[in-house]
Amino acid sequence: MTQSDSETPAPSSRVSGIGRLLIAVYGVLALAATGRSFVQIVRAFDEAPLAYTLSALAAVVYIVATVALVKRSALWYRIAWITISFELLGVLVVGTLSLVDPALFQHATVWSVYGSGYLFIPLVLPLLGMWWLRRHPVTLAEARA
Amino acid sequence: MIEWFTWLQLAIAVPGGVLCVVLGLFGRKPTDLTMGATALVELLLIVQLAAAIAAPLAGNTATGSLLEFYTYLISAILLPVAAGFWALVERSRWSTVILGVTSLSVAVMLYRMNQIWNVQGS
Repeated sequence: MTQSDSETPAPSSRVSGIGRLLIAVYGVLALAATGRSFVQIVRAFDEAPLAYTLSALAAVVYIVATVALVKRSALWYRIAWITISFELLGVLVVGTLSLVDPALFQHATVWSVYGSGYLFIPLVLPLLGMWWLRRHPVTLAEARA
Repeated sequence: MIEWFTWLQLAIAVPGGVLCVVLGLFGRKPTDLTMGATALVELLLIVQLAAAIAAPLAGNTATGSLLEFYTYLISAILLPVAAGFWALVERSRWSTVILGVTSLSVAVMLYRMNQIWNVQGS
């Protein structure tokens, strides 16, 4: 892993190495969630206001999480933790509810059935994100930036 | 949307994506090959956009929601461009992996687009 790469600056930064892949996948998921909620809300918001509002909320949170992973400051580090925790909570709660009480979530959200419509990426990604944040806490130099 | 053309796109996006992911994990920086594969995926998406606009005039209309179809298509068109810029700005092996991940994401989206256009009867 620690293959020294002269073109890679600041190897300790959170935006280096495999973290970039994490950010890219977050970006794709943010785009997917935004696209879906856009379609749902434009087409038939009245059909399922709860599910569709949740979709939109999830989309916004994914966008904020993506930005928070890119930015490096103490504040953004905290925002990253909050948004990623929220995602994990959301996918667990909505995933469970959608199985226990399908009537509540007849209309799909990004989190239904633990994100099965998105290859379970919404379930796996927050865990990877938390692991990443734990391993790369914000440094003093970055906190001042 | 022309079905055989979609399968052609998948036949390029899936192996191309896997190739980029594998080469990236083996430590390759973005090359003409991996950038080219991504560019080809993008080019075919733009042809698909033109085809999707023209097809209804020839009687080939979508069976599902056009709104959903175009949301997927526009999102898909943005992805390889973003990944390509990323690869140009940062020449690391992870950029190669990202090129691959976006091609695979485009493949998933194309599959959904095909379902919306050809399979869904709503």
